[in-house]
Amino acid sequence: MIFLISFTPFQPTFGLAFWSLVIFLLFWFIMSKVAFKPIAEALNKREHNIQSSLDQAKNARLEIASMKAENEKLLAEAREERTAMLNEAKEQRNKMIAEAKEQAKAEASKIIQTAQVEIESQKKVAMQSLKADVGNMALDIAEQVIRKDLKSDNAQVDFVSSLVKEIKLN
Amino acid sequence: MRYIHYILLPVFCLLIGASLNAQSKKGVEDLKTIQQHKFDHGDEHDHDHHGHDHGSHGHDHSSHDHSGHKHGSHDHAGHSHGKHAGHGDPCGHHDEKYDPTGTAIHHISDANVYSILELVRIPLPTFLYAPKAGWEVFMSNKFKIGHHEDGHMSHNGYVMHHGSVYRVVTPGFPLEGNHEHDCFTHKTVKDEKGKDKVIDYVMYGGKEYQLEARSTFDGGILGGGITSFYDFSISKNVLSMMLVALILFFLFRSAARAYKQHPNRAPKGIQNFLEPMFLFIRDEVAIPFIGEKKYMKYLPLLMSIFFFILGLNLWGQVPFLGSTNVTGNLTLTLVLAVIVFFVVNLSGNKDYWKHVFWMPGVPTFVKPLLAVVEGMGLFIKPLTLMLRLAGNISAGHIAILSFIGLIFIFGDLYGTMGSSIGTLLSVPLTLFMLAIELIVAFVQAFVFTILTASYIGAAIEEHEHH
Repeated sequence: MIFLISFTPFQPTFGLAFWSLVIFLLFWFIMSKVAFKPIAEALNKREHNIQSSLDQAKNARLEIASMKAENEKLLAEAREERTAMLNEAKEQRNKMIAEAKEQAKAEASKIIQTAQVEIESQKKVAMQSLKADVGNMALDIAEQVIRKDLKSDNAQVDFVSSLVKEIKLN
Repeated sequence: MRYIHYILLPVFCLLIGASLNAQSKKGVEDLKTIQQHKFDHGDEHDHDHHGHDHGSHGHDHSSHDHSGHKHGSHDHAGHSHGKHAGHGDPCGHHDEKYDPTGTAIHHISDANVYSILELVRIPLPTFLYAPKAGWEVFMSNKFKIGHHEDGHMSHNGYVMHHGSVYRVVTPGFPLEGNHEHDCFTHKTVKDEKGKDKVIDYVMYGGKEYQLEARSTFDGGILGGGITSFYDFSISKNVLSMMLVALILFFLFRSAARAYKQHPNRAPKGIQNFLEPMFLFIRDEVAIPFIGEKKYMKYLPLLMSIFFFILGLNLWGQVPFLGSTNVTGNLTLTLVLAVIVFFVVNLSGNKDYWKHVFWMPGVPTFVKPLLAVVEGMGLFIKPLTLMLRLAGNISAGHIAILSFIGLIFIFGDLYGTMGSSIGTLLSVPLTLFMLAIELIVAFVQAFVFTILTASYIGAAIEEHEHH
C-alpha cells in the first residue's frame, strides 16, 4: 500500500494538468495550422501529381504504341503502293518498249518503203539518164563509125558488136 | 584485436563499479564525521525514514558539500529509527542501504527542479497559489536544493521534499521569509479506515513540523489530496513538454516549408525523417479507421497525439537529459484522454448515440443492459488510454532504474567486487531494456493514436442498417 500511496507519478496534480492541457491544445492548434494541414495537403497534392504524371505517361505510352501501329500500317501501305507502282512502271515500260518496237518497226518499214520508192524512182531516173547516155553514146559511136566508115567491113562489124557489148554490160 | 571491446567492456564495468563503491564509501565516511557534530536530543520517534539511493552506491556524495550544511545529513536509511537505541536524532545517519523502490519512484516523478545526474540542478519557475495567502512566484533554487532534490531552505512557509513543493501546516513554522531547515522524516500511520497513510515532517530547529499532502486532485485515492495551495509551477515535466513541443514545432515547420517551396519534389532531409511516420499514421491509422471522406478533419489531432507522445517518450529515454517521465505521468495521459473523450463524444452522430443507449438489432430486454455497459464504456475507453500509456512508460523507466540499481544492490551485498559484478550485469540488461523501451516509445504512441482513431471512427461511422 505504501508503494501505491507514494507512487507520485500516478498522482494527478493541478499544475501539471493545467500546463499539459495548455501546451497540448496550443500544440494541436499551432501544429495543425503550421504543419499538419499544409503537409497533408502538400502530400495529397504530390500524390495526385505523381498519379496524374503516371497516368499521363501511361497514356503517352499508349498513344505512342497506337501511333507506332499506325505508322507500321502506313509503312505497309506505302510498301504495297510502291510495289504496285513498281509493277505498274514495269508494265508501262514493257508496254512502252513494245509500243516503241512496233512503232520503230512500222517506221522502219515505212522508211524502207519510201526508200524503195525512192530507189525505184532513182532507178527510173538513173535508167532514163542511162538511156539518154546510151543514146548519146550510140550517137557518138555512130558518129565515130561513120567517120571510120570505109576502112573495112569486118572492122566495122567488130566495132559495132563491141559497142553493143558495152551497152549490154551497162 | 577485432574483439577487443568484448574484453574492454567488462574491464571498464569492473572499474566503474569499483570507483562508484569507493566514492560512496567515502561519502559514508564523510557523513559519519558530520554525524558526530549532530545534536542528539534522544526523542524516541518511531520515524520511518525514507530509504533512498544512499550510502554504498552510486550517488556521488562527495560532490555534495554536506559539510557545508550544519545539519547536513538529510539522508535516511530504510530503517525504523526507533530500533537504533541511543540515538534518536531523526536526521541521524544510519547504515546506508540502497532502496530500489524509493529511488525508482523518485526518479520517475515530476519535480520542481531539473536535475541532470547529481551534477546540474536547473532551478525552475515556481508558481504557487494558496487561496488564503495568494500567489508566490520565485525560482526553485530558493529552496537550496540538494541531494534527493530535498530543499534545505523554506520559502514563505513552503519547503521542497523530493522535488515537490509542500506546505507546512503545523503552527509555529515560520511562514515568512527563508529559513534553513533540517531533514525530512515520515511516519506511517493507520487512518480511520485502517489504511496506511504516510505523513511527512520537516525538522526545523529540532522540532518536527507536519507537511501537507502533495497538491493533487485525486482526493487522496493515490496519496496526496486537495490542499490549501495549488502548484502551477513550470515543473520538470512541463519544461520537457515545452521543449519537445518546440523541437517538434521547428522540425515540422521546416518540413512544411520544404513541402511548400518544392511541392512536387521527392522528400529531402527532414522530410525524409518525418514523412514515413506521417504517411504511416495517415494511411494505416486515420484513413482505415475514420474513412477517406472525413479523415482530414481529425488528422491534425491524431498527428498531434502521435508526435507529442512519441517526442516525449523519446525525450525521456535520452540518457543524461534528466530522464523525464512525462508520458509515464498519469496527469498528462489523463489530460490527453479527456481531450480524446471530448473529441470522440462531441463528434458522435445519431447512430453512435443510438448504439450506446438503445442498441439496434438486439432483443428489447437486452437493450437497457447494453446501455449500461456501453455507457460505462464511454468512460472506460479513455481511462484505458490513460492507464496504458502511463503504465507502460513508467514501467519502462522503473525497469531501467532497477537494472541500474543492480550495481548498488550488489554493492550493498558484496562490497566493491559486488558492485563490479553488478555493473557487469547491469550494463547489458540496461542496454537491452533501452532497446525495448525504444520500441515501446513508438508502439505506445502508435497504440494511443490508433485507439483514438478507432474511437473517433466508431463515433462518426455511418451505419447501414440491418
